[in-house]
Amino acid sequence: MPSDESQPPPDLTPSSGGPTDVSRLSQREPKPAHERTAEEDRDLADWKLIAGSEGFQELLRAKRRFIVPATIFFLLYYFALPYLVGYHPELMERKVWREVNWAYLFAFSQFFMAWTLAAFYVAAAAGWDRKAKALLASFKH
Amino acid sequence: MIFLSTIAAAEAAPQSRAALFMFLGFVAITLVITYLSAKKSTGSSAYFAAGRRITGWQNGLAVAGDYMSAASFLGIAGMIALNGYDGFMYSVGFLVAYLTVLIIVAEPLRNAGKYTMADVLAYRLKPRPVRAMASLATLTVSIFYMIAQMVGAGTLVRQLLPGVGYEAAVIGVGVLMVVYVVFGGMLATTWVQIIKAVLLMSGSVFLSVLVMAKFDFSLAKFFEAVSAVTSTNADGTTVTRNFLTPGLLFKNPLDQISLGLALVLGTAGLPHILVRFYTVPDAKTARASVVWAMILIGLFYIMTTFFGFGAATLLGPDYLKLHGGTNMAAPELARFLGGEVFFAFISAVAFATILAVVAGLTISASTSFAHDFFTNVIHHGRETRPGEEVRVARITAFVVGAAAIAIAMVLGPKVNVAFLVGLAFAVAASANLPVIVFSIFWKRFNTTGAVCGMGVGLLSSIVVIMVSPDFMEHPLFPLRNPGILSIPLGFLGAFVGTFLKREPEAEAKFDELSVRANTGLGAEKATAE
Repeated sequence: MPSDESQPPPDLTPSSGGPTDVSRLSQREPKPAHERTAEEDRDLADWKLIAGSEGFQELLRAKRRFIVPATIFFLLYYFALPYLVGYHPELMERKVWREVNWAYLFAFSQFFMAWTLAAFYVAAAAGWDRKAKALLASFKH
Repeated sequence: MIFLSTIAAAEAAPQSRAALFMFLGFVAITLVITYLSAKKSTGSSAYFAAGRRITGWQNGLAVAGDYMSAASFLGIAGMIALNGYDGFMYSVGFLVAYLTVLIIVAEPLRNAGKYTMADVLAYRLKPRPVRAMASLATLTVSIFYMIAQMVGAGTLVRQLLPGVGYEAAVIGVGVLMVVYVVFGGMLATTWVQIIKAVLLMSGSVFLSVLVMAKFDFSLAKFFEAVSAVTSTNADGTTVTRNFLTPGLLFKNPLDQISLGLALVLGTAGLPHILVRFYTVPDAKTARASVVWAMILIGLFYIMTTFFGFGAATLLGPDYLKLHGGTNMAAPELARFLGGEVFFAFISAVAFATILAVVAGLTISASTSFAHDFFTNVIHHGRETRPGEEVRVARITAFVVGAAAIAIAMVLGPKVNVAFLVGLAFAVAASANLPVIVFSIFWKRFNTTGAVCGMGVGLLSSIVVIMVSPDFMEHPLFPLRNPGILSIPLGFLGAFVGTFLKREPEAEAKFDELSVRANTGLGAEKATAE
C-alpha cells in the first residue's frame, strides 16, 4: 500500500486491454469481479444467517446422506479386491466363464462400480444444485 | 543441440526416422498452441487458471491427460505383460481413486479456492503457516513425480532413438516443459494435455483392436491364451503359467492394500490434478469434468487388459525381457502388430505423455510457490507490484525445470522410477488429503492441526520409504509403499494437533466456508470473453 498518495509512481503494469488484465497499480475504480479475493468480498452475504437456516441444514443433511454411505461402500468394495485376492486366493482362482476367474471378474467389475456410483452421484448432485439455487434466491430479499 | 543430435541419430538408424518425425510433429503443434496462449495469458487468473473458461469435456480430457503418465501407459502395460493379473490391480486402483476426487474433494475445492489447494485451507486457518506447509508438500509431490517422469523419458528415448543419449533426452524434455509453462501458462498446458489424451486414447484403441484381431475378436480365445503363457526360468527350464492368477508379482497381500490406499486417497491430494478444477467456470463443470475423466481413464485402464495381456501372449515375457524390459511392452507390441510406423506412432505417444505430465506438474509446482509462498507467506497476500505473482511463477517454473533436469541427470537412468511415483502418491495421501477433508468437514479443525497433519504426513511417508525394501537390504518396513502406515499417521497428526489448541477464529469462519463450499456463493468466476 503506497502511503504517499500525492505522487503516484509511474505504472508499468503490462496491459493488453483484455478483461483478464491485472488491475493497474494506479487503478481507482473497483477491482473486476474475477480479481476480488475472498477476504474482499467477505461481506457478500450474511454467512451466519444462511448457515443457520433450515434450508441450508437440510442441504447438508441431504449431501451427507449420500456422501457418507457412498464413500464407505466404494472403499469396502475396492479393498475387498486386494483382501480377497491376497488372503483367499483359492476362492478367487475359481473359474467363472471359460478361463476367466473370479479374481479377474471382480477386478473388472470395479470399473463398472466406479462408473455407476459416479452416475448416481451426478444425479444426486443435480438435486443439490437445485436446492442450493433456491436457497440462495430466498436470501436475495 | 538436442535436435541436431536427434537428427543425427535418425540418420544413423533409419527405422527411427518415423518416430522422430511424429515426435517433432507433436512438439511443433504444442509450440504453436503455446504461442497462441501466450498472447492471451495476461493476468493471474488467465495464467494460473486459464481464465476459468475451460469447458467440462475439455477439462475432463486434460485431467485424464495429466493423470495417465508414462508410468501408466508403459509401466502398467509392462507389468501386466511380465506378471499378469497383479499388474492389472494397478489399473483398478487408478480409476477407483477418482471416486474420492468426485465425491469428496472436487466441488468444495472449486467453490472455495482460487488457484491452489492451500486456498481452501487458508480460508479459515492462519494463512501463512498453512500455506508454507502446503507449498512444501506440493513442491515435494511435484518434484518426485516429475523426476520419475524425466528419468523415464531419458531411458525411453535411449531405447527408441538409439544414438540419443540419456542426458540429451532429459534436457530436451526439460526445456520443452519449461517453454510450455513459462510462456503459455495454464491455457497452453491444458491444451497440451488435451492433445496428448486424444493421442493416447487413439493409440490404445488401435493397439487393442489389433491385438483382438489376432484372436479373431474372440474373448474366449484371448483368455485361453492368457491362461497359458510360457516363459523361461533363470535355470533354463520353461514354465507355463496362468497369467490370470493373482500373486505372480505381489507376494505379501499387505503390499497390495498399502499401494491401494496410497492410490485411492492420494489422487485426491495430487496438486496437478487439483489445480485443474480451478480452470473451469463453476463446481458443476468441475463435477462434469471428473465424470468425463472417469470415462476416459476407465476405458484406458480396461484397454491395458488387451495390450498388456496381448504383449504377454503374442510376444511373451522372454522376448520382452530381451527387448527393453518392462517399459517397452507397448511399443514392442506395436512393432509386432503394425510394423515400424505403428511402433513410431506409439513411441511418439509415449513422448507426448511424458511431456504433458511434466508440464502439468511444473505449472502446479510453480503456481503453488508463487501464489502460496511468495505472495501469501512472504508478502502477506499482497502483490507489491502488479503482475508480480505471474512473474514469480514464471521464474519458479524455470528454476523447477532446471532443478528437475539436474536431479534427473545426477540420479541417472538406473534409479527406480516406481518408488518415486509411489512416494508422490503416498505424500499426497498422507500430507494433503487429511487436511483438505478436515478443513471442509470438521468445524473444530485449526491451524495447529493442519500444520501437524501435513508435517507428520510428509515426514512419515519419506522416513518410511527410506527404510523400505527399495532403499535397504534389511528393511525396517516390509512394504514397498508407505501408505498403510503414513496415511493413518497423517490423519492422526491432524487430529491430535487440532486438540492441542483452540482457535475460535477458525471455528467462527467455518459457517462461511461451509456456505461457500456447499452452495458456490461467491466462488471465483470465469473471466469475461
